[in-house]
Amino acid sequence: MSLQSKLESGQFAVSCEFGPVKGVDLHEVYENLEILKGKVDAANVTDQQSSIMRMSGLATASICVQGGLEPIYQMTCRDRNRIAIQSDLLGAWALGIKNVLALTGDMSARGDHPQAKDVFDLDSVTLLQTIATLNGGKDLSGNELKGSPAFFPGAVVKVENDTEASFELQIAKMQKKIAAGAKFFQTQACYIPKSFEKLMKRADKFGVPVMVGVIPLRTAGSARYMNNNVAGIYVPDDLIDIMAKAAKEDREKVGIEMASNLIKQMKGMCQGVHIMAVAWEKKVPEIMALAGL
Amino acid sequence: MLYSEQKHFDEIFAYLEKNKNVFIVGCDGCAQSSGSGGPKQVEEMKQKLTDAGKNVTGAKVVAFLCSKALVKSGLRGRVDQIQAADAVLVLTCGVGIQAVATSLNKPVYPGCNTVNLGGSRGEWEGSERCFECGQCLLWHTGGICPLTACTKSLISGSCGGAKNGKCEISQERDCGWELIYNRLKERGNLERLNDMMRPLDQRKLMVRPEMISTPRFALENFPKPPAPPAAEAPKAGAPAPANPSKEVKAK
Repeated sequence: MSLQSKLESGQFAVSCEFGPVKGVDLHEVYENLEILKGKVDAANVTDQQSSIMRMSGLATASICVQGGLEPIYQMTCRDRNRIAIQSDLLGAWALGIKNVLALTGDMSARGDHPQAKDVFDLDSVTLLQTIATLNGGKDLSGNELKGSPAFFPGAVVKVENDTEASFELQIAKMQKKIAAGAKFFQTQACYIPKSFEKLMKRADKFGVPVMVGVIPLRTAGSARYMNNNVAGIYVPDDLIDIMAKAAKEDREKVGIEMASNLIKQMKGMCQGVHIMAVAWEKKVPEIMALAGL
Repeated sequence: MLYSEQKHFDEIFAYLEKNKNVFIVGCDGCAQSSGSGGPKQVEEMKQKLTDAGKNVTGAKVVAFLCSKALVKSGLRGRVDQIQAADAVLVLTCGVGIQAVATSLNKPVYPGCNTVNLGGSRGEWEGSERCFECGQCLLWHTGGICPLTACTKSLISGSCGGAKNGKCEISQERDCGWELIYNRLKERGNLERLNDMMRPLDQRKLMVRPEMISTPRFALENFPKPPAPPAAEAPKAGAPAPANPSKEVKAK
């Protein structure tokens, strides 16, 4: 069953992250594909995540389609103008890619090519408008398309907000994204179920499925790193302490248990879970099993 | 020098839709010489708004709206007229509009677009910056420019990267969108957050071919500016408020 049918029929959906390789050696890509296929409903193929140059998401998503793993093609506005974005979207449809996750994208300054020119001709909301326009059989300039796609567009919302302004801006932007055509949401990683509950109290009314984001912790250091360097993620001290106190050989198990516990606590509040096990894709089935999915 | 052009009246009238009472502010600096917001244009705008059924509570042309000190001293005698207004329409560049928006406790709307001249922007002591985007958006954002206040120049809202109100790129910088949120809240104008934005017209962000080598403000033209195409004679020493594309190029 496709991600779209699953979410539209009200069933709980599971997605994970599937990072393109830096280079052309596809061994691990195929290995992960075999592990994930049939287990998750869809896999997010990232678009030069954190502005680190990698193989194109379009090529990787196409590999997923061929291998029987439904991709969610992530598209950012950092590297392409509206012409290239529309062109890639039409190409994606031709390659069997149906789900697109619209993101603004990180700035190049944060990645491994800080000298690059940022494009940002569009942003996440105007990208969603663009997808809806293509779905409607026209391009952004109003020209007729020869055959139109039927993408299932999604967007992102952040859970942790440290100011009233930040929270209200997230809610306002979420509503704008829905007005622009977003049919589902994935959240940034959430480690505090209470924060997710606060978001869902508002978001429930919008009637658009939300998949809560979970990143399994591997070490206390990686948690601290995310707190300092990844936008919109906050790992509370008590969880970092648990990781710090775990014996080296137990850490993996502790991190996986913690992630599955978080899923258990939050799955009742939403319509799906998005497991971002970065460079740890192999562990996704285990986390799902422990969380009772 | 910031060169500005008046927005189309339909656009101005559309965003003033819910505001019956309007106060107009013009600028006797660049906007006057641009022919977009000097005494003449303020008078014309007053007439147009009145004809369209608005009540203009007052109008004032201030010298150099880019200076908040001059904004405040210039408008001091007009407090009653400003208080009687639902909105303030400002005919000047993006810096001046933002300076007025910061200085007054009223929703402030841009009457002009600031055009990219391809350089010679001059300097301001204030924190307001204008991107010269040619499609002024300040009425959506509480008079704080999202193109210059947000590091990513996002027009649809915050990116979600801010921590404690500071930008993810630089902890020294406030999140522009949190500033916009707080401003809109203060002015009772939060519904503006829901305005749907279309993609920017990137052509307007580029310097126009005729502006790259405009003789408009060239020093060589002083004290004798090129003759304006309009019948009205220019003020002594002032650059001509003419369409630069029609002028003879300076050597």
